Amino acid sequence: MAQMTYRDALRQALREEMLRDERVFLMGEDIGAYGGSYAVTKGLLDEFGEKRVRDTPISETAIIGAGVGAAMMGLRPVVEIMTINFMLVALDQVINNAAKMHAMFGGQFNVPMVIRTVGGGRRLAATHSQNLEPLLAHIPGLKVVAPATPYDAKGLLKASIRDEDPVVFIEHSLLFSTKGDVPEDDYVVPIGVSDIKRRGRDVTIVAHSRMTVEALAAAEKLAQQGIEAEVVDLRTLRPLDMGPVLDSVARTNRVVIAGEDWKSFGIGAEVAARIQEEAFDYLDAPVLRVNQAEVPLPYAANLEKLAIPDRDDIVKACLEVLHIQIGSPAAVS
Amino acid sequence: MENRHAALGLTDQDVLEMYKKILLTRMFDERTWILNRMGKVHFVISGQGQEAAQIGAAWALRPGKDWVLPYYRDLGVVLTLGMTVRELMLMNFAKAGDPNSGGRQMPSHWSHVGLNIFTGSSPVATQLPHATGIAYAAKLRGDDIVVWTSFGDGTANKGDTHEAMNFAGVHQLPVIFFCENNGYAISVPKDLQMAVDDVATRAAGYGFPGVVVDGTDVFEVYRVTKEAVDRALRGEGPTLIEAKVYRFTPHSSDDDDRTYRDPEEVARQREHDPVRKLREYVLAHGILTEEEDQRLKQEFEAEIDAAVEYAEAAPDPDPSDLVRHVFAQ
Repeated sequence: MAQMTYRDALRQALREEMLRDERVFLMGEDIGAYGGSYAVTKGLLDEFGEKRVRDTPISETAIIGAGVGAAMMGLRPVVEIMTINFMLVALDQVINNAAKMHAMFGGQFNVPMVIRTVGGGRRLAATHSQNLEPLLAHIPGLKVVAPATPYDAKGLLKASIRDEDPVVFIEHSLLFSTKGDVPEDDYVVPIGVSDIKRRGRDVTIVAHSRMTVEALAAAEKLAQQGIEAEVVDLRTLRPLDMGPVLDSVARTNRVVIAGEDWKSFGIGAEVAARIQEEAFDYLDAPVLRVNQAEVPLPYAANLEKLAIPDRDDIVKACLEVLHIQIGSPAAVS
Repeated sequence: MENRHAALGLTDQDVLEMYKKILLTRMFDERTWILNRMGKVHFVISGQGQEAAQIGAAWALRPGKDWVLPYYRDLGVVLTLGMTVRELMLMNFAKAGDPNSGGRQMPSHWSHVGLNIFTGSSPVATQLPHATGIAYAAKLRGDDIVVWTSFGDGTANKGDTHEAMNFAGVHQLPVIFFCENNGYAISVPKDLQMAVDDVATRAAGYGFPGVVVDGTDVFEVYRVTKEAVDRALRGEGPTLIEAKVYRFTPHSSDDDDRTYRDPEEVARQREHDPVRKLREYVLAHGILTEEEDQRLKQEFEAEIDAAVEYAEAAPDPDPSDLVRHVFAQ
């Protein structure tokens, strides 16, 4: 299997779907000659031409709204919003329109569009680094996907393009250069299926997007102390697949949920609520969450580092749910 | 070379000061790139090539009285209004003493309370409705001020821009919308952004004048901005000014502009370098000699060196302040 970056895996998904289905076209800012702010669409203008790879003005409402219209007419627009921060001005089109058209037409029209966007960021400060997936995952009618690995990025993007409903596909700015195994052939990863990324018996770490990578690194550190953490990657935030989470909790009885979003009203809040609803009797400790500090993210490197959660924060939370004093020898069997 | 400044009411001393600002702006910007490439300053977003537009416009404003909502390329505006090299270097290094935000906001998202400079968000165009709101407040309170806000050609195509201008037109507010049209929204050329030649023509749709000006000509920019200021102060409402400029550098330190524009195009545009144009003017009019120009460069070099040294040694933001400034205290 080929080793590929997250960026290249996304590009391969776009390319394969554009070759497979001529209704698929791309619109967004700087996606043509420039190849996208994160270089995902590099080369696609040359291969597919301006008709299918369309540079737009800085007009997010028009980009998403036009995507809704084109999708309702039977095309398969994949629109790119450079970062999720830039989507906020167009949330009316996302939340009031893309998400609700199907219901408002009594099921007579579908909106098969994908909104690709990017969350996270470093040294870009408060209005350019946000992890706003909870805002979107809150909305019935939207599907929200946030892959962590190149394999999932390719498979989920292909599934999203083939889906009949509007999908917000949230990439992470720090993942684009990460590498992983990606099959060269056609495959999809179904939307709405969580995935156990690492097996372990002692504690469950639930994560999504980049925090899955941090969770796996945390699990390695814990393994050095004889603690085996299981890592569940949600992959899709809506519809949320709790099956693997609940199954894991039934075996480990202890849970830490890690997200780069803010804790209050975040993804972890939803997951924790469902765990207590459906697996209360399995819990041996309160569910803990590891999240970003609840502050507009500062630009200064020292403050930013303090604000963003990392593998060490996850390790600390795992030790806490295991009732292990930090620094003491592990006592889990 | 014809004397063009006297007729505008500008003295030789004024023109010398304008030249100092344009030179300092260019030198500061060039140093920031070097610091970025050295790994000392994380981010640069640059206005090289646009300085005459910035300095000509800012010269028509009253620092500390009028309100100014610049965009991220407007180093020349904030230096002309009175921000210091040291303050801006503290910003670049995100230090506790940075007067913009104490290291919280991105560099070049300028603000200065004493100078009435107002910060903006990274998503573009958000400053335009704020400018309209400040002008509305001024009108309600009877304040004798104008509000000046700037933006690029990319921002001209956002809904916020339309809404801000329409609102300002309806209420005949004392606001100047100043577009620095450098022909590219990051990589997207003008022809893929708009179906008109000039952003300024859109003013007709809002019921106020739109003016196109050569943004490499500091005196013309000063003249049209001064007229807009006078109109606003007479209660005659907004003006949209479009300064035609060119950006010599990539969009930011995260950009490679060779992917979307020919280096030869950039080289051709550099022949209209506004810094060189003003230098030729001050030399031709005996406002400055070659020797004085060299001395000026040495002075600025030393001033920038000292600011870098100061900013590097200055304290970082206090970690215990991480969650401050979420709510008013």
